[in-house]
Amino acid sequence: MQYIFFAYLSVAIIGLSIFIITRKNPVHSVLGMLFMFIHVGALYLFLNAEFIAAVQVIVYAGAILVLFLFAIMILNIREELQTELFIGSWVIAIPVVAGLVIMLFLGLRAVKPGYAGPHNIDYIKTMTHTKAFGKELFMNYLLPFEVVSVILLVAMVGAIVLAKRRLR
Amino acid sequence: MIELNWYIWLSLIVFTIGMLGFLTRRNIIIIFMSIELMLNAVNINLVAMSHYMQDMRGQMLTLFVIAVAAAEAAIGLAILIALFRTKAAGHVDEATELKG
Repeated sequence: MQYIFFAYLSVAIIGLSIFIITRKNPVHSVLGMLFMFIHVGALYLFLNAEFIAAVQVIVYAGAILVLFLFAIMILNIREELQTELFIGSWVIAIPVVAGLVIMLFLGLRAVKPGYAGPHNIDYIKTMTHTKAFGKELFMNYLLPFEVVSVILLVAMVGAIVLAKRRLR
Repeated sequence: MIELNWYIWLSLIVFTIGMLGFLTRRNIIIIFMSIELMLNAVNINLVAMSHYMQDMRGQMLTLFVIAVAAAEAAIGLAILIALFRTKAAGHVDEATELKG
């Protein structure tokens, strides 16, 4: 049963990824991306990470994709449908990507997982995932958490400064 | 039981597709989407590792990657709007001011 589920999810994720980068119309790409994010969220549920799955759907599918749709509104779709899909020198990308795949293949074949940590399945079951996650986040990762909030503030201010009209 | 390796190969394939899209597409918005694809591949890898090594650290890192992806999308799309304002170009090979 779990093999069927995993096979469905991986085929859907890979197929939708190819769909995203080959569409001419960016709106179709965004919709494909929505489905891909939901499938990735299902994969996280499959890996016992409920909180991450919820964050994936809320932040990626709910916030980032809406941002992309807003950016597409300023694009001229009619002109977009008539231009070439790929840049002129797209052939150069193939050896680059092939080299990356070979490098990652050789590297990943040698991966050996390290020692098992303290958060095994029984621990998460008794504590619930979100509570275990929050405890780890606010006890051991408090400083990175604060830094991330500063990064989000900087991104917000930067986006406003970049996108606003120049005042003369 | 599904092995860790399968998740790693899935993540490798998605990362490669994202890289291919990043290097070959002409539309800037699709290029941003390819970056999001690559970040998602990394997230799949991190969560799978976290599950199989029974440690929450991978999931912490996933949360931070999602936050940085949100910041990156906001900044990138703001740059795109600024680019549209100076010249109506949504294609990477049309914005060539810095080439001189």
